[in-house]
Amino acid sequence: MKRFINDIKKYYKFTIYSAKSELKSEIANSHLSWLWWILDPLLFMMVYSFISIIVFSKSEPYFPVFVFIGLASWQFFEKTVKVSVKLVSNNRSIVSKVYLPKYILILQKMGVQGFKMMISYILVVIMMVGYRIHVGPVILYIIPIFLTLFVITFGFSTILMHFGVFVEDLFNVVNVLLRLVFYLSGIFYNIVKRVPEPYNEVLLKVNPVALIMTDLRSVMIYETMPHRKWILLWFVIGVLLSVIGVKTIYKYENSYVKVI
Amino acid sequence: MSEIENAIEVRDLRISYKCLNKLSIKKSLFTLKKSKAEVFEAVRGVSFNVPKGQIMGIIGKNGSGKSTMLRAIAGIFAPDSGSIDLHGFSVSLLSIGVGFQKKLTGRENIILSGMLLGFSEEHIKEKMDQIIKFAELGDFIDRPVRTYSSGMYSKLAFSITAILETDIMLIDEVLSVGDAKFKKKSYNKMKKLITDKNKTVIIVSHSSETLRKLCDTILWLHDGEVKMQGSVAEVLPVYEEFMT
Repeated sequence: MKRFINDIKKYYKFTIYSAKSELKSEIANSHLSWLWWILDPLLFMMVYSFISIIVFSKSEPYFPVFVFIGLASWQFFEKTVKVSVKLVSNNRSIVSKVYLPKYILILQKMGVQGFKMMISYILVVIMMVGYRIHVGPVILYIIPIFLTLFVITFGFSTILMHFGVFVEDLFNVVNVLLRLVFYLSGIFYNIVKRVPEPYNEVLLKVNPVALIMTDLRSVMIYETMPHRKWILLWFVIGVLLSVIGVKTIYKYENSYVKVI
Repeated sequence: MSEIENAIEVRDLRISYKCLNKLSIKKSLFTLKKSKAEVFEAVRGVSFNVPKGQIMGIIGKNGSGKSTMLRAIAGIFAPDSGSIDLHGFSVSLLSIGVGFQKKLTGRENIILSGMLLGFSEEHIKEKMDQIIKFAELGDFIDRPVRTYSSGMYSKLAFSITAILETDIMLIDEVLSVGDAKFKKKSYNKMKKLITDKNKTVIIVSHSSETLRKLCDTILWLHDGEVKMQGSVAEVLPVYEEFMT
């Protein structure tokens, strides 16, 4: 624990700078540059809105906002988790030349994805103002809910990163699983309303991402209470996963270099 | 206590590669036998001291554990047994193709590498011009590293470590970087570091010529063990004879 805090202190500047540089290099090479950060979620939102509203004619109140919240949270989780599976071997050139705690690489990716999520949420806020959605004090719950999202993402990523070093095709497995979870998370449909009893409750509570996005919608759009106990439970699980992940990484990170 | 302060103390260092073969799920499902974990000992019980301010050369044929040992000293991986004591000095490893992020520009990579070596952003920015000048990259410094030629790549790597100057520098066969002009320049820079009594340097090289000119002492590794250790005049002739 002490080592973790010291390392974070020592490397957080590196993490931030490196996340910033990555974002910069991303826009440096495209024509529309930073517009993509806005266009990307916006276009995907339109795709899903089209499918749900036109094709399946199933809609929710404030549907674009509804999709946006789901999509932004999901992409943060998915992209971070996915990239961490191959993170060590993708950073071979750094890892084999200088020591750094390997989970710093995850934090760097979380910084990159977190920034993109932030842009999406700025768009959410703009749309909420546009729709004149009424916001109550219950919105303060977004703080613990976001914290849970970060902890859960970090927890899963650390553990997958560790196994990703040793198991070559883990990436394919994770890819398929994430796709499955994507459809089960209710990003463009309301998981509570559309999935029959009692599966809806199970799906909601077993899948932390679904829970998080449903509760984010509750507090941001519908002014209803989140599942406080379940959020707390998943927060605790997230912390546990992170602790296990960080400990495993500390224990084995020396041998990573020998494998990749 | 002797007057000479040791910068690096290595005691009975052992490093083995456990041949941690990568698994694939298919392989582990369909092979019933547990694959034998082959253990390959790259470094077998090496001990030595390097006094502060000295330059030590390491020689030995390919695969004798030289690079592995340097990496262990740099802290990239831990020894399986034995100890490495650097007395709190900062250390950097310089080897061919140092770790850059290819998508980022040279300038950003300088800052990132410097930060990983433990320098503050301010300090790196102060030294930035010096590094860029030394690396002779010109306008390329603001282009992504992936556009660099291999020579430019190594020149930048060398410049970062040479200008940022950690207390201990580990150099893995990169003294022949770049064109003839840069070679001479980097050689002179190394020479200058020798006269600096605060720098401790370990050089791995196959060139007896370089080692003879630069080093104070030589360590000869053979199959992961110390074959000989001593002054340049003692070791090099024996080594040269051995290799012919």
